[in-house]
Amino acid sequence: MDFLNAIVALLNFVVIPATAYGAQLALGALGVTLIYGILRFSNFAHGDTMALGTGFVILFTWWFQSMGLHFGPLPTALIALPFGIVVTILFVLGTDRAVYRFYRQQKAAPVILVIVSMGVMFIMNGLTRFVIGVEEIRFDDGARFVINAGAFKAATGLAEGLAFKSTQALTILTAVVVVAALFLFLNRTRTGKSMRAFSDNEDLALLSGINPEKVVAVTWMISAGLAVIAGTLYGLDKSFKAFNYFQLLLPIFASAIVGGLGNPLGAIAGGFLIAFSEVGFTYAWKKVATYVLPESLAPEGLAQLLSTDYKFAVSFAILIVVLLFKPTGLFRGKSV
Amino acid sequence: MKKLLAATASLALVAGAAGAEDIKIGVILGFTGPLESITPAMGSGAELAMKEVTDSGKLLGGSTVTSVRGDSTCVDAAAATAAAERLVTTDKVNAIMGADCSGVTGAILANVAVPNGVAMISPSATSPGLSTAEDKDLFFRTAPSDARQGEIVRDILKEKGVSSIAITYTNNDYGKGLAEAIQRNWEEAGGKVTISAAHEDGKADYSAEVGALASAGGDVLVVAGYVDQGGSGVVRAALDTGAFSTFYFPDGMVGEKLNENFGAELNGSYGAYPGTDSPGAAKFQEMAAAAGFDGTSAFAPESYDAAALIMLAMAAANSSKSADLATKVMDVANAPGEQIFPGELAKGLELIAGGTDIDYVGASAVELIGPGESAGNYREIEFKDGKYETVKFR
Repeated sequence: MDFLNAIVALLNFVVIPATAYGAQLALGALGVTLIYGILRFSNFAHGDTMALGTGFVILFTWWFQSMGLHFGPLPTALIALPFGIVVTILFVLGTDRAVYRFYRQQKAAPVILVIVSMGVMFIMNGLTRFVIGVEEIRFDDGARFVINAGAFKAATGLAEGLAFKSTQALTILTAVVVVAALFLFLNRTRTGKSMRAFSDNEDLALLSGINPEKVVAVTWMISAGLAVIAGTLYGLDKSFKAFNYFQLLLPIFASAIVGGLGNPLGAIAGGFLIAFSEVGFTYAWKKVATYVLPESLAPEGLAQLLSTDYKFAVSFAILIVVLLFKPTGLFRGKSV
Repeated sequence: MKKLLAATASLALVAGAAGAEDIKIGVILGFTGPLESITPAMGSGAELAMKEVTDSGKLLGGSTVTSVRGDSTCVDAAAATAAAERLVTTDKVNAIMGADCSGVTGAILANVAVPNGVAMISPSATSPGLSTAEDKDLFFRTAPSDARQGEIVRDILKEKGVSSIAITYTNNDYGKGLAEAIQRNWEEAGGKVTISAAHEDGKADYSAEVGALASAGGDVLVVAGYVDQGGSGVVRAALDTGAFSTFYFPDGMVGEKLNENFGAELNGSYGAYPGTDSPGAAKFQEMAAAAGFDGTSAFAPESYDAAALIMLAMAAANSSKSADLATKVMDVANAPGEQIFPGELAKGLELIAGGTDIDYVGASAVELIGPGESAGNYREIEFKDGKYETVKFR
């Protein structure tokens, strides 16, 4: 019984939250890593693309809700998601046309493009606040729980409750579907293959007749789509606040770099590694230890490695260790 | 000859005191910074009292009282000190109504008020540290110290039969001071604190914080945070994961937002915030509405009372000088004497002039204790049927 309690506590406070958070980070890191692999610069505007896209999704959600449109037990935001993605893709393609294309034609150095993306970031930053505001917005509706903590306790008779929010389930499920679709696209379709070819060797790809503008446009579309999905899932699971997406940029980049910039598989692994370390290092293991260990060994203190204030420090520590010992990331990316 | 001189001197003194003056009171509040949304009503509250006294024409032979505003910024001690320095040396204010936040209040007290001998009454600084600050008896506050709130929390939890608590606090002076006060009082009363952990405001996700709190356990989670900030986030995550089902809410957490955000999920939780059922509070709200500002805004009643106390103390000391009025603040604020409510300042001044003792009750039921701080009246609340209601006053 104690052993079961320990497992439930671990699931409730570590495994489930970290998996959902990891899925959100992985989706964000995939977008960053695609841009890096194909356009060859770190897109600092990615966090704010997430915020802006989620803002559009929220506007559509409100509109649908005002028309009385609901999605049963699922959040209305899921219906709004494709519309939000389309608007964001149009916006991002417009940005590419207005800003990035100029520098691409100049064959500008990656570091210049990074600075340009920071400029885009600040503009998107302002635009998001202008469109949707700085307030915290909760836009989840439908059923809140797949497994409710109180009901779980009553049903199993365990001392520990297990909560599994529907937004967490949705996040994990969507992430799996999206990642599978992305890999199918990259490995099986003509456009996907040409993107990988462009990423591996630009000159060769151009020689073999690949249209660079098309590859660039498709890359932006996929990365914008990923950004909106990641942003909406994060907003559904937690809450929407423009500033939080800006802060999310750090763990997202840490995930992408740890996994190996430019490597999609690495981005996913990096996302989960960062999420599990952040939660695992700052979790107080006292409860789990008390259940599992014999009474004499049970810890007096909280058995917490780091206070939760240092969550971000964990991602940076991992980042530094990886960069020191394996500069190209765990999955051999393209970082230089 | 000597007698004559003494007589003239005392006559001059009396004449001087009786002659109408132009009295200035400095109003130092954070008109910019984190409290900028509530300071306008606080400033208006203080100025309402000054206008009332000026219009009555009964203070020190018909003296007028004007306010000189200064910006404390709430967080920047250097800027607050400079603003206070200007009020004292250039504008020559007789006394200061302020400051608002505990940190800048301590800085102004130590750097400006004490060296220049200027009396200060703060309407809203609640840090326990100010109770023991070196103030040469010049500092008072119409707000209760958070040490007092620690006692309230202890009393309520004891009555509910709670044995162990977990505390989460917002990571700033307010949260930390309050958490320490609660922990000290609770442990002295034999209670157990399983964990006292900080949370940062303005984050989206508090599941890690709640994980640590849940691991430590406890009957009740005390949330010493802000209702429109991280405090609500922690409560949300704690409810979702089933980590805690009963909460205690101190002053920063009690607000309409709680009903909106959680509703029936909080049934059975409780808390307390400063408030009084004295008739003065209602009277003040009427006066504020007539003057065009919100009298229920946080610390607006305390601001009115702070300014009123300064002026009543001047009348009692028969002098507008800080050194004189500071000795009378406790007398006019406390019993015995005839009770004075908001809007009755003229009556208070008359009674003082007539030699009758007064007990200023004001808008926030002022009762100064110890080193000159409000005893603190709290409104105990409890959640029933999805919203909180007042169950009693302490």
